[in-house]
Amino acid sequence: MATRIGVVTFPGSLDDRDAQRAVRLAGGEAVALWHGDHDLQGVDAIVLPGGFSYGDYLRCGAIAAHSPIMAEVIDAANAGMPVLGICNGFQILVESQLLPGGLIRNDHGDFVCRDQRLRVENASTAWTSAFSVGDEITIPLKNGEGGYIATDDTLDRLEGEGLVAFRYLDVNPNGSLRDIAGLTNERGNVVGLMPHPEHATEAGFGPDTADAMRSGVDGLKFFSSVIEQTLARV
Amino acid sequence: MPTIVVEVMPKPELLDPAGKATAGAIAKQGASAFSAVRIGKRFELTVEGEITDAVLAEAQKLAEEFLSNQVIEDVVAVKVG
Repeated sequence: MATRIGVVTFPGSLDDRDAQRAVRLAGGEAVALWHGDHDLQGVDAIVLPGGFSYGDYLRCGAIAAHSPIMAEVIDAANAGMPVLGICNGFQILVESQLLPGGLIRNDHGDFVCRDQRLRVENASTAWTSAFSVGDEITIPLKNGEGGYIATDDTLDRLEGEGLVAFRYLDVNPNGSLRDIAGLTNERGNVVGLMPHPEHATEAGFGPDTADAMRSGVDGLKFFSSVIEQTLARV
Repeated sequence: MPTIVVEVMPKPELLDPAGKATAGAIAKQGASAFSAVRIGKRFELTVEGEITDAVLAEAQKLAEEFLSNQVIEDVVAVKVG
């Protein structure tokens, strides 16, 4: 039976359909979840997609973090269910305090959209086990408020405990401290990152590679990681 | 209607790109007396009935836990408006 991965749609989500498509391309079954429900429909894992939930009012992700379904998502995450937050989803995870720190406006003040190189720093999480530590991958990045910040104590703890999952390579596109692009929690089931793996899952629609234009599919391994682990557990 | 005003500012040690851009625009207009700008938020909470200590305490809690993110912002005022 295919792994069932829920993708939550909030008012203002943009990349929920792309995330569903990425799940299917990786061999999973995508399950549409709705922000206003209190029902996870028995899924095995959850994706909080990118976009501008609630128009980024108050703070990015702040209002979505208090939406009805997040009560179930937070409980499930604390019980070990794999949860991936992409871009606005990362902001929602931070606002839900499932991951530490905060995301603020890019230091240069502009929205940035580029194919971003990243280094995989932790390949033991639910969403990164198909990678190896040190892998260099390219996936699209597009954000206006992606600057990762935390106190020095928190940053030292994240580094010390190996909780930095991805780091920006070549350029730091948004002023994130210590080039942090993504994080995991201690248990490794919750991962959040600003770049968009779901946009690099099908040849013809991904970033350019040395082989061919738009052939990059480095994002596929996020989804295949969680599918492999779920199947291995059964 | 009685109102409680909550003011939230980005933490002083953090870069405030919006404030910085505004300061740049002010300087370009020739207003040289102003060297920096920081931009925060003001919330006006309308209260049904009287503003009691309990209501103020609730507003303080809301300000710290929802209206601000203590990682990136400080609540600088919770006062009767």
